[in-house]
Amino acid sequence: MTKPLCGSEIASELKKEFAESIVENGDDYILVDSRTLTGIAAYLKDTTGFDFNCLNYIIAVDYNDYFELVYSLVSLKHNHSLTLKVRLTNKEAASLPSLSGLWRSADFQEREIYDLFGIRFESHPNLKRILLWDGFEGHPLRKDFCHDA
Amino acid sequence: MEIDKKQPYSDKDLDKYEGVVIESLKAGSQFAIEDPDSWLTEELQRNVLTTTVDAVLNWSRRTSLWPVICFPACCAFEVISASSHRFDISRFGMEILRASPRQADLMITAGTLTWKMAPQVKRLYDQMAEPKWVIAMGACGISGGLFKGSYSVVPGYNHIVPVDVYIPGCPPRPETLLHGIEMLRKKISKRSISKE
Repeated sequence: MTKPLCGSEIASELKKEFAESIVENGDDYILVDSRTLTGIAAYLKDTTGFDFNCLNYIIAVDYNDYFELVYSLVSLKHNHSLTLKVRLTNKEAASLPSLSGLWRSADFQEREIYDLFGIRFESHPNLKRILLWDGFEGHPLRKDFCHDA
Repeated sequence: MEIDKKQPYSDKDLDKYEGVVIESLKAGSQFAIEDPDSWLTEELQRNVLTTTVDAVLNWSRRTSLWPVICFPACCAFEVISASSHRFDISRFGMEILRASPRQADLMITAGTLTWKMAPQVKRLYDQMAEPKWVIAMGACGISGGLFKGSYSVVPGYNHIVPVDVYIPGCPPRPETLLHGIEMLRKKISKRSISKE
């Protein structure tokens, strides 16, 4: 069974490197500043002891006031996992650095999130719609999306 | 002797009447009735069949309906079940599911169709040779079903292709599918080449 790492313990460890960017943490997650997401993700991937070599999934959630993205990282080496969260308050021009350079599994998932939520991933190699067709208007999983049947 | 049923009659009268009927039928049936084609030579009897063109065409069409493989979603499992040994659509001469639309004449629309998939289904239908038929299978095939009103789902195959038979259900059981196929066969047997 994969062991979930304790968010607050990891947060205190990460604060040595990234003091300003840990916004909030709980027992099972760490909420980080979106501007430093790439740095923290790369650190978690490459640092001995963490070795998060696998990105399980990315989830986007629309909480009406802001978007939240949930990254589930897994280390196949140590068999432990960590949940990373990012909040985006500017919903109209929501954008985030792409993690597809670190984990290739991020590629399609970021495209899907772009497709359905309209969140842009900067420096993504191929950011275009993946499920819906080119020319579809709007991003249907947003809470404010309206569709006339 | 006739029995007048308006007048009172006894069981004995009834028995007598039965005896008279049997005797008269027996008297008139002493010789075998000749076969209608007995005036033909044996060679002709074996080789000539008279019928109508409609009957032959419709018979051949309805007894070899080959479905094209176009099963976009979960209703496909009912089609698979219908085509395997328990329900066995090979009884109707349609066990060959054609991977090429050029060899098929029936489209069973088993499953939800999204707008992204719709051009491919339309293309499959267009590539099928005439005459061709479409069975809209399941709630999604009929109207979009559960997903009617969704941003991505076609609200019924009849927006894309003309439908001959609608089979309700979510999903329809194989029996229902067989019933729908039976309906289609009846529909085909009423066709006439004079109207084509």
